[in-house]
Amino acid sequence: MSENLLKLYAEVTGNEVIDQLRQLSEHLRGMKIVHINSTKSGGGVAEILHRLIPLKQELGLDASWEVMTGSPSFFQCTKVMHNALQGNRVEMTGDLLREYEKINGENAQRLHDRLEEADIVVVHDPQPAALISHVPSRRGKWIWRCHIDASQPFRAVWKYLKGIVSHYDASIWSLSEFAQPLPHLQYLIAPSIDPLSRKNRALSVSELSAVREKWGLDPGRPIITQVSRFDQFKDPLGVLQAYRLVKEFLPIQLILAGGGASDDPEGEEVLDQVRKSAGDDPDIHILLLPSDDHLTINALQRISDIVVQKSTREGFGLTVTEAMWKSKPVIGGDTGGIRLQVINHHTGFLVNTPEGAALRIRYLLKNRKKLREMGEKAHQFVLENFLITRHLREYLTLMLAIMDASKDRIEVQ
Amino acid sequence: MKEPFAVKDCALIALATGEQAQDLRELRDRLQTTRISCIYYHFWGGLLRPRFDDPEYQNDFSIWVSHSLHDKVLAERLALINPTDFEDLEGVRGKLIDVIENRLDEPGIVPWANPSQRFYFVRSQIVVFDTGTRILDPEDLGTIMPHLSAGSIFYHFIDARRRTPLGNDDFHEWLTGFGERFSPLIRSISAIDPYFTTLTDLRTELSAVLKEHLQGRNA
Repeated sequence: MSENLLKLYAEVTGNEVIDQLRQLSEHLRGMKIVHINSTKSGGGVAEILHRLIPLKQELGLDASWEVMTGSPSFFQCTKVMHNALQGNRVEMTGDLLREYEKINGENAQRLHDRLEEADIVVVHDPQPAALISHVPSRRGKWIWRCHIDASQPFRAVWKYLKGIVSHYDASIWSLSEFAQPLPHLQYLIAPSIDPLSRKNRALSVSELSAVREKWGLDPGRPIITQVSRFDQFKDPLGVLQAYRLVKEFLPIQLILAGGGASDDPEGEEVLDQVRKSAGDDPDIHILLLPSDDHLTINALQRISDIVVQKSTREGFGLTVTEAMWKSKPVIGGDTGGIRLQVINHHTGFLVNTPEGAALRIRYLLKNRKKLREMGEKAHQFVLENFLITRHLREYLTLMLAIMDASKDRIEVQ
Repeated sequence: MKEPFAVKDCALIALATGEQAQDLRELRDRLQTTRISCIYYHFWGGLLRPRFDDPEYQNDFSIWVSHSLHDKVLAERLALINPTDFEDLEGVRGKLIDVIENRLDEPGIVPWANPSQRFYFVRSQIVVFDTGTRILDPEDLGTIMPHLSAGSIFYHFIDARRRTPLGNDDFHEWLTGFGERFSPLIRSISAIDPYFTTLTDLRTELSAVLKEHLQGRNA
């Protein structure tokens, strides 16, 4: 079996990190692992799975990735669920729930044999959660991976979902704050980025210039960027407000770049609000990019002076990790996983208001040395803690640990 | 002949317990009943998980008391608790509770944290595995040390203190088996403070100590 991919990662992380992965996976060789989510592209989950699966395969695991197929009303239902887990009071009709259960039943039928014989099934987010109800003779361990900040869910919807996910053997959460009481083991694994992906690999000067030119960006003036889906919890309107507050003092340019995802029908509405608010200001660049235009996202983050992620709710915030990897200080909302990454005054600033964001943008643009120092610290912090190799190590550790769930210490021979 | 040193490695996976505290009394109450593996995680787990490299305090309890309760006095007292001073983690638990209760006995208000900054009790499962590497001669320990993973350093230098009868690290225990020859080296290894550092820095310190002593012997 070729081990080219692992060798490439070793060049970034050092050999010892890869050696450790090989040793851990020795004890898992040949295990059938199935990951299931709801979209092949768009969003952080799909991006991680694109690389996590080949890495597991290269380490000798029989890993595969399945994607739910569904109807528009199924995805409308799961978007409502997603918002409800993030705390939005939503209207969930019986029709939508019936569609949710029906689509899960159909997918369970399609994937039945694979799910039944798997040693470990990892189900990502609410969309495929109900598959478990349709595989009563499952033989492996089933794990529900919640990528959402569910720290204050809308109770009516959580009560419904809890009835389903309680049947899993374990769940995985990005932060302990997000975990809701459930009658099983609740593992904590922070997400990660892939340093070799098109979204994060190093780019040439000409590639960066081409993107500047394409979008009419002035290389002589500071660029502030937020990369996010157009989602109310990402607070793009708050970013626009912060931009205007800074613009009174400095001639900055703002990029709001977002891609749609096939399971996010609400994005269009928020995008309209953003366009209206931006008006005809030529220094505001609202870029609706295809979900696979990773090179443009990469370049936009790299040509920015500061990256903003002013979310009011955030699962983890992989765009924060990406920007930090590119040595950019991040001004982030004081919420969720952003707190784990943006170490206030070290790798960026945590803010609670558009005014706070504006203040920190002005401070960093005035203090360029500080801006560079924070960027370097941010890069190092990601290298040590938030690359896909750490994520993979924790998955492998979990797979070994869950086989002996009652023990705090597991010695594998 | 002395047994070879078996190099092991470990990986830690964290688990939420659902237990949390918003003020000092709640912290004390949870500490009385929480699993002992929570105490382990909040004292030592920081070395094996994302943490910024210049922490002001050396365990999660003191960090929370400082940053979220803003009680610097108590944070300093909690930070000075050295888990290796106690026979086991139950002793550490008792000390934590004592220090907190003494603070609660002092006049003044009981501080509480913003609801978004509660203390969440986390425990861990640790998976230990054999790397297959064996060290036969103490001289070779110096050669291998710079190449050990962070997990190996954690297992042999930190975790060992909980496993060995006298609370020593594994290098100390193994070298002791060679008699008096390595006593100065053992003393130097034992003098390395495992606090206020990262596993990578600990590896560098251990490598430097080994180099100094073993080169001297060869010369």
